[in-house]
Amino acid sequence: MKILVCISHVPDTTSKINFAEGDTKFDTNGVQFVINPNDEFGLTRAMWFKEKQGASVDVVNVGGPETESTLRKALAIGADGAIRVNTQPMDGLQVAKELAKVVQDGAYDLVIAGRESIDYNGGMVPGMLANLSGSNFINNCIGLEIEGNQATAIREIDGGKETLSTQLPLVIGGQKGLVEESDLRIPNMRGIMMARKKPLNVLEPLNTEASTTTNRFVKPAPKGAVKLVDIDHLDDLVNMLHTEAKVI
Amino acid sequence: MSVLVYTESQEGQFKKVALEVASYGKAVAEQLGTTLTALAFSANDPSQLGNYGVDKVLNVTSASRFDAKVYANAIKQAAEKENAKVVIVSSSADSKYLAPLLAIELDAAYASNVVATPTEVSPFTVKRSAFTNKAFSFTSLNTDVKLIGLSKNAYGLVENSGSATTEDFSPTLLDSNVEVKSVDRSTDKVTIADAEIVVSGGRGLKGPENWGIIEELAEVLGAATACSKPVSDLGWRPHSEHVGQTGKPVASNLYIAVGISGAIQHLAGINASKVKLVINTDPEAPFFKAADYGVVGDAFEVVPILIEKLKEFKSQNA
Ligand SMILES: Cc1cc2nc3c(=O)[nH]c(=O)nc-3n(C[C@H](O)[C@H](O)[C@H](O)COP(=O)(O)OP(=O)(O)OC[C@H]3O[C@@H](n4cnc5c(N)ncnc54)[C@H](O)[C@@H]3O)c2cc1C
Repeated sequence: MKILVCISHVPDTTSKINFAEGDTKFDTNGVQFVINPNDEFGLTRAMWFKEKQGASVDVVNVGGPETESTLRKALAIGADGAIRVNTQPMDGLQVAKELAKVVQDGAYDLVIAGRESIDYNGGMVPGMLANLSGSNFINNCIGLEIEGNQATAIREIDGGKETLSTQLPLVIGGQKGLVEESDLRIPNMRGIMMARKKPLNVLEPLNTEASTTTNRFVKPAPKGAVKLVDIDHLDDLVNMLHTEAKVI
Repeated sequence: MSVLVYTESQEGQFKKVALEVASYGKAVAEQLGTTLTALAFSANDPSQLGNYGVDKVLNVTSASRFDAKVYANAIKQAAEKENAKVVIVSSSADSKYLAPLLAIELDAAYASNVVATPTEVSPFTVKRSAFTNKAFSFTSLNTDVKLIGLSKNAYGLVENSGSATTEDFSPTLLDSNVEVKSVDRSTDKVTIADAEIVVSGGRGLKGPENWGIIEELAEVLGAATACSKPVSDLGWRPHSEHVGQTGKPVASNLYIAVGISGAIQHLAGINASKVKLVINTDPEAPFFKAADYGVVGDAFEVVPILIEKLKEFKSQNA
């Protein structure tokens, strides 16, 4: 089984979110970049398929040279090879088209992506990629087993979950649950040394046009100060929730 | 030309998000000077959507249960039939599942997490949340047909005095490639996705045996229960209750955080909630900076009194 794990290169969850160039671009100044958390769960699940079922695992990112450190980290965790499509990501559709080409050329059976990346939260690349590459698609995937050509997946739904069965080729939008938090791997010294020798192929992009343009970013208006209520005056709190906030 | 909304139902009843996308769709249709069509699947009372501004409802009675690919393709057929230039879906798990498939079918630019009516119709520009609610972007959609995913609770329900005509619609249904083996949905509990109020507990509650006060507070308020990430990692509560940046997003009217410190990753996921009440022993807890109302105190003392006060309030205002 050939597995491709899509790796989004995103600001660390504690990053300060600021914008530059007249609020048109994310300000990367002083920002630490990491593997998108949803993708990290998927990568760890892929390692399980590699170790238990002999799958091969490649990782891919659509982005500039600055994302290579993130791909190297994925190699250090255990991926066999990495691919970088050398173009700046503009929107979900453009990224999905670039990835569809990689999937087709590499004849991957299973593509593990994250349900969304934590920067732009689009939640669209996995589904678009599935449709473009003619694969089956399971979103919000919190459990995945593969037996031959057959996949059994658990999807989180509003208020519960459902167990689904489908066939490869398959794309999933994964998240926590694919593996437990405690199963996530931190690259060790040996992994880091080995990662240096693994292939990182840079591919030229298709240069498709983006279908959206982001013109400007704004930050939410600062909030007013908290109203503190003393434990002896909780009826005042109930009153405020009713008459002032109008939420009960 | 028209605007098309996908209105979800469960066992024939429209979900709240369906009424919200209808209300929002009406506003967009007015902006564009056109009419609003809704596509429903097996709705018991499709004409109900007239109360939220829908002019025409296409009701599909032939489709079986939800399948993202089959439904996306049916929505595309409805969009073509209605010559819809703007198609709107919600942010439910099902809508977020089918929307990217639909975008490809429609050859449409897709903006998810949209929080307001278009700021401009030419170029068609919407405001969407990004960086897990830490920012917003203004994004233009440059294709002929546009697909919008509306953020939950961003627009609300707007009643309308109009009435809707209804029509049976029989799209060609694709074969499904995904078979549902089993569904595990708790029907007696309010879900985090649908809840107006969410009561959430953190590590400050010390152990799973202490969740009684959280559940009772939620019950009095008709609220859903949720928890911070370490609480689910420790197995005190199921993963399905984990909210935050790496868990479920919350966009309720009221979010009550009990014994939660307010780490940046937690706040990111719940910030879309309108009003936040924080109960924490530590006056320096970062959550107070993000809160509207706060009680500095021990949850084991505060919550039982709050429950009593709320019961009194409910009995007086019943
Ligand atoms: C990549 C990444 C992603 C993450 N994603 C998420 C996420 O999605 N969701 C999430 O929640 N976290 C997430 N986290 C974890 C986050 O950083 C915090 O560790 C977590 O939110 C803390 O949970 P907590 O507030 O329950 O616990 P703590 O930080 O331990 O806080 C407990 C709080 O309870 C208070 N307290 C103690 N006793 C009482 C009492 N008797 N009464 C009242 N208050 C009391 C304390 O003052 C304290 O403020 C993520 C972290 C990382 C690195």
